[in-house]
Amino acid sequence: MTVEPAATRLRHQVPLVVWLVLVWMLLWGSWSWANLLSGLVVALVVLVLLPLPHVVGGVRVRPVPLLVFLGHFVVDLFVSGAEVAWQTLRPAGVRRTAIVRVQLRVDSDLLLTMVAEAISLVPGSLVLDLDRERRVMTLHLLPVRDRADVERKRAHVLVVEERLVRAFGAPEDLEALERAGSDAREEVRAP
Amino acid sequence: MTAFADVLAYACLVAGATLCLTAGLGLVRFPDVLSRMHAGTKPQVLGVLLVMVGAAIRLDGWANAWMLLLVAAFQLLTAPVSAHLISRVAYRRRHVRRDLLLVDELRGAEAQDDAHRGDEPGDAPPERDGAGRAGV
Repeated sequence: MTVEPAATRLRHQVPLVVWLVLVWMLLWGSWSWANLLSGLVVALVVLVLLPLPHVVGGVRVRPVPLLVFLGHFVVDLFVSGAEVAWQTLRPAGVRRTAIVRVQLRVDSDLLLTMVAEAISLVPGSLVLDLDRERRVMTLHLLPVRDRADVERKRAHVLVVEERLVRAFGAPEDLEALERAGSDAREEVRAP
Repeated sequence: MTAFADVLAYACLVAGATLCLTAGLGLVRFPDVLSRMHAGTKPQVLGVLLVMVGAAIRLDGWANAWMLLLVAAFQLLTAPVSAHLISRVAYRRRHVRRDLLLVDELRGAEAQDDAHRGDEPGDAPPERDGAGRAGV
């Protein structure tokens, strides 16, 4: 771990403190100065006792793409819930599954985490493995009918990734997305 | 108005409970660990969310609603993580019904990558000529 100036460290910890205080306030369920102050104390104690590697920044939030992503996400959540529920109920049971690898384009820890989380909740896929270096995600697909269906699901993963990058990605990430779009999808040039 | 809210709340609660039930059914009926994890994430998460929405409508006061919001948020964040860890271990220990797989792209890569091998005695590297039949 590299030693950083105290100011930078502090700046990286601020979002975490805000989040912890927010959780504390939500747990109490009401706003008061006492809650805020005790939340701050708890947050600082947690951060001092359990120092976490900070999530390196480069993430910004764009409201409109964020809403687009959230809208699709909620719809996907319902569709996938219904789909898997149907698989459990129907007499024939599960017939075919598949394991596929998908070449992603983003190169940021936080974004990859978000993509993996979102992918696990959208229809038909579950993250099995994530190769950080090569940015390859291995997925287990549950209801697959045929090869075309597999390809359709693979394309859907890339769509989810793109929505997330548009909502949260730094300019570099957006650039990487466009570059990868113009290249062939398979080969990412090695430097 | 309250009657409408009540109906909405009950609908959410029943739908959520049903989805959780199907998640349990999936655990019993699905053929292998990886498929079961699908049942453990999607209908389960959606079911919990619906129950939370129903409860938030039914319970009075914001204090409860905030708590339910937290439950929902942590459910969304943690369910995929635990499902991922379990299915990853399952794959490495080869609790996979290969006969159900239409495509397995991890297997090709696995051959060059010993890290993906299972860690039971039976997972020792196969003999050269029998390589294609490992893990059945």
